[in-house]
Amino acid sequence: MTGLLSLSAAMARGFFRDRTALFFTILFPLMFLIIFGALLNSPGSSKTEVVQIGSIAALDNLPADAKQQLSDVLEVVRVDDRAAALQQVRDGDVAAALEQQGDRVIVHFSAADQVKAATVHGIMQALVQQGNLAAAGVTKPALTLTSQQVEDESLKAIQYMTPGLLGWAIASGATFGAALTLVSWRQKKILRRLRLSPVPLVSVIGARVSVSVMIALVQSAVFVGVALLPMFGLQLSDQWYAFIPLMIVGTLAFLSIGLLAGAAAKTSEAASAIANLIVLPMAFLSGAFFPLDNAPKWLQQISDLLPLKHLVSSMQDVMVRGEGFTATLPAIGILAGFSIVVSGIAALLFKWDDA
Amino acid sequence: MPPTIQVTDLRKAYGELVAVDGVSFEVQTGEFFGILGPNGAGKTTTLEMMEGLRQPDAGQVTLFGEKPWPRNPKLLPRIGVQLQASAFFERLTAREQIRTFASLYGVSAKKADEWLDRVGLSDMAGKRNEDLSGGQQQRLSIACALAHEPDLVFLDEPTSGLDPQARRNLWDVLRDINSQGRTVVLTTHYLDEAESLCDRVAIMDHGRILESGPPAALVRDLDAPTRISVETGTMALDAARGLVEGVEVEDDGVSLTFATRTPAPVLSALAERDALRGLSVRGATLEDVFLHLTGREYRA
Ligand SMILES: Nc1ncnc2c1ncn2[C@@H]1O[C@H](COP(=O)(O)OP(=O)(O)O)[C@@H](O)[C@H]1O
Ligand SMILES: [Mg+2]
Repeated sequence: MTGLLSLSAAMARGFFRDRTALFFTILFPLMFLIIFGALLNSPGSSKTEVVQIGSIAALDNLPADAKQQLSDVLEVVRVDDRAAALQQVRDGDVAAALEQQGDRVIVHFSAADQVKAATVHGIMQALVQQGNLAAAGVTKPALTLTSQQVEDESLKAIQYMTPGLLGWAIASGATFGAALTLVSWRQKKILRRLRLSPVPLVSVIGARVSVSVMIALVQSAVFVGVALLPMFGLQLSDQWYAFIPLMIVGTLAFLSIGLLAGAAAKTSEAASAIANLIVLPMAFLSGAFFPLDNAPKWLQQISDLLPLKHLVSSMQDVMVRGEGFTATLPAIGILAGFSIVVSGIAALLFKWDDA
Repeated sequence: MPPTIQVTDLRKAYGELVAVDGVSFEVQTGEFFGILGPNGAGKTTTLEMMEGLRQPDAGQVTLFGEKPWPRNPKLLPRIGVQLQASAFFERLTAREQIRTFASLYGVSAKKADEWLDRVGLSDMAGKRNEDLSGGQQQRLSIACALAHEPDLVFLDEPTSGLDPQARRNLWDVLRDINSQGRTVVLTTHYLDEAESLCDRVAIMDHGRILESGPPAALVRDLDAPTRISVETGTMALDAARGLVEGVEVEDDGVSLTFATRTPAPVLSALAERDALRGLSVRGATLEDVFLHLTGREYRA
């Protein structure tokens, strides 16, 4: 037990003093999160911009709460120069220019962005209709339409990316950590020296497991912490913490891959090459970087065979889709089984030294 | 009581190459035993089979009556090993290294720090092993091998690559370890090291032990002449030849050298003639023993 603790401490110190390892395990994946987060989450992109030329009664006389509602979908800028406004429409800078001539409300739009033009058209139609009804003395319409958003399958980018990139970060951290420690400890004869001490092999492996789980916890804390910042705006579900057991078995699964790579490789270069060959393609095929909902069926079937797919989609379930701990049980089972089989093979291939 | 180490007809081949070819010896409790031989003689391979790091092709090793192969957890706390290539954890300081190793044996951090002091590394405790000199690394490695106070210590060429001063300092450490009653087995390719440290040496070449015994006895048994030299010109060569019956005399232009198995008459005759300028008397060394055993000059 003291052996396990002191080996873990030695390994953890070695890791946290290794700037390259720290960079690739923590900062590098975080950079992806920040870049994608900034790219895909730029605010205002969902609003439609229009210019209003002069005064328009239907818009100007709206009650305050209606104005507020309108501003959620339309950003209205008031200008007086008609020619400049029309030019803005032609250039595609705004979706439409609105003006009132007598009792006519005119929507100037360009055919370039028909979807936005149609949006503006629809909204103005409704406003004009309302004005007409009011003029006709109807204050209580016979029918009203209420719309409510349904939480749909496709998530906002940051919601999707945080668990995905975190899953990838944990997978590569665990794989590289295990593979490189094993190879460099073997090359530097530390394994040989440990073999001469009374410490059992399970303590050596156990130390690697505890350090990797610790690193995965640090990665998760940093990732979620950054994604929760207002500029990225991650919203965690109620039972988000159910991802912790999942993260631990996920770490074990990728550790076992790393142990296998480390047992098979003779040099650190070979070990990182093998680890890269496994983890990077798997990240793409597992939907860690982008959703696979529209991918061909055969690709989705391959993806179902990959441990990272189960880790990532199950992490999404509990972190952002609002599912509970029980929803992660199948994935936990799959990952645990995977770990047992692969680490069993790694144990068979294990060598204390390469002499 | 069985000997601390018993090695019987040990053999190991790497493919075609026979590295150890039928080696047998015993080491008694408290002995300082050396395996001396040039590079490639098979010293490390022999040592690794004794430590339980390698499986012998044939033959037997017992330490304290127990077999070291396969990995024998009962023996491990009783032996201390310094490997030929120092094995350190990456990016740890000297103090962290030795404390880590000590704790694997259940030895306290305080005891570990004492060992750092005993090998003279207290000042370096906060340095990472990458920043230590070769001699400091060797001493750290030895301290790491000893922190759990093993009864039996294996050292594989502990002083190779050190400067003369560092070597001598390390010799003191090793003598000290042995004088505390520990059995020490050391391999070396330095003749002077074996001669100065070991109670008994085994001379090894091409995987075989050619001779073993206390260094002084090996030299004595060689029955080699003592060489007495004085400065050239102290005495004419002819006069020197007539000095004592049956003594070989040579003059290489620097020294006039007498080779004899009975040095006393030569020395007194030289003294009588007051011809002792630059006198040196040199007996045979292990180098001569090696030359005698193999028919070739010793080259480490
Ligand atoms: N792992 C190995 N594989 C193949 N040959 C080896 C190996 N280790 C040592 N040898 C060879 O065995 C012989 C003895 O080596 P070694 O025991 O290291 O000698 P020494 O320690 O006396 O220098 C040498 O010729 C060496 O090249
Ligand atoms: Mg050697």
